[in-house]
Amino acid sequence: MDWEYFFELLLGGLTRGSIYALIALGYTMVYGIIELINFAHGEIYMIGAFTALIAANVLTMLGMNELAVLVLASVVAILYSAAYGFTVEKIAYKPLRQAPRLSPLISAIGMSIFLQNYVLLAQTSDFLPFPSLIPELEFMEPIAHIISSAEVIIILTTAVVMILLTLLIKYTRIGKAMRATAQDRSMAMLVGVNVNRVISTTFVIGSALAAVGGVLIASHIGMINFYIGFIAGIKAFTAAVLGGIGSIPGAVLGGMVLGWTESFATGYVSSDYEDVFAFALLVIILIFRPAGILGRSTTQKV
Amino acid sequence: MLKLSNVESYYGNIRALKGIDIEISEGEIITLIGANGAGKTTTLMSICGVVPPRHGEILFMGRPIHEMSPDRIVALGISQVPEGRRIFPFLTVTENLDMGAFLRKDKDGIKKDIEYIYELFPILAERRNQAGGTLSGGEQQMLAISRALMARPKLLLMDEPSLGLAPLVIRRIFGIIEKINTENRTTIFLVEQNANLALKVAHRGYVMENGRVILSDAAQNLLSNEQVKKAYLGV
Repeated sequence: MDWEYFFELLLGGLTRGSIYALIALGYTMVYGIIELINFAHGEIYMIGAFTALIAANVLTMLGMNELAVLVLASVVAILYSAAYGFTVEKIAYKPLRQAPRLSPLISAIGMSIFLQNYVLLAQTSDFLPFPSLIPELEFMEPIAHIISSAEVIIILTTAVVMILLTLLIKYTRIGKAMRATAQDRSMAMLVGVNVNRVISTTFVIGSALAAVGGVLIASHIGMINFYIGFIAGIKAFTAAVLGGIGSIPGAVLGGMVLGWTESFATGYVSSDYEDVFAFALLVIILIFRPAGILGRSTTQKV
Repeated sequence: MLKLSNVESYYGNIRALKGIDIEISEGEIITLIGANGAGKTTTLMSICGVVPPRHGEILFMGRPIHEMSPDRIVALGISQVPEGRRIFPFLTVTENLDMGAFLRKDKDGIKKDIEYIYELFPILAERRNQAGGTLSGGEQQMLAISRALMARPKLLLMDEPSLGLAPLVIRRIFGIIEKINTENRTTIFLVEQNANLALKVAHRGYVMENGRVILSDAAQNLLSNEQVKKAYLGV
């Protein structure tokens, strides 16, 4: 067996998985709190990438160096996407809070189509080149044929973001309020949690994570168009379901499993079969664990 | 302290409360008894703002609260021990207590109160790092009461605290209810199907039927009232 090739695929899968995980977190957190599949989430990721592209071009014109452009463009993308996530919730979901569950779902699909077409009109349908913002690290030279600097940065950034998110959820006041709201919304109200604020915060955090994913992958692959959110969204949603929707570690694990499946399927079989393997895996896992890998069954003692 | 006048609440288009009047003074234990579906839980949910009334007025310490959001009402000093206990199943016992004190800012005070509760219920101290959902029914009820007390409420609303518990545990819970009232001077509004038990700890009682209050009197008198005896006490 060719171990070097194996590791290349393993790390490639980890990179893909990281991006899926970053986006999947937004799906899973929103689902955990208001049981809505936010179909517009993929578009928030796409908007993050576009915002970074515009910001990067402007900043480069102003003559800034590569690293400053990367950081600043990311910050702008995060803020802009977070604002979009916040607004989408207020416009498309909040008025439907008491409506039957299908209504906000349809509203989400509508929002997704609207945002895609809005970017299509504002930009073009063509793929636009995205500058490679992630610098080549010199000490990476000897292993550059196995893993690139960009991949290392993607994996590390994702890891750091995950750790911060875990700490936030576990130890902060808003994190506790989020968990309580996810477990029992009206009881959370009865202890004084402002549920609307918790829901808004969830959308803001999920959108910010998606923007991080958008900047990283766009910079790695080097081109974007208005449609990238749809594909990435479907994949990340798959990852969230695979890991157990509503579960934060599940979203990360689901992303990784999906990333590896695709990477190994591409490497050892053919890239034509990438999606076949990914979705076959989804079906198989859901047959044996309908709630996903880490999804918890809803039974509890009363 | 709390005054409901002509309160009407709806679930969708169903009028669950058809104009009720209830008055509670400071330091009292008031009970609301009635059959299933009479509107007892809806009354509590209307006070808390989870099911805001469409008509009528609710005053708490002289302030109208019927248009406030639930979190603001909690901040004024109304806590609830809801029906079915509603423990956050995946939060630990300590985290559940922390959530009860969600609106409080005095970290030291919160810590002290948690210690006090662990002294009061050693079983909760033993299970402090266990998920709330793994506790037994009686333990969950103790936790639910403790969680409500963590907010240091002026008015404590309790919905069917005896539901599904063994007689011995029920006796313990009612002992605690009396203790909270006498020691902390907390006003208690107790909703119960177990009318016999509720009327024994309460000072006054209201009887509800079909979304209306049909009777109100001192608890003693209700216990000997023929109509109440027949309908709710089973004698």
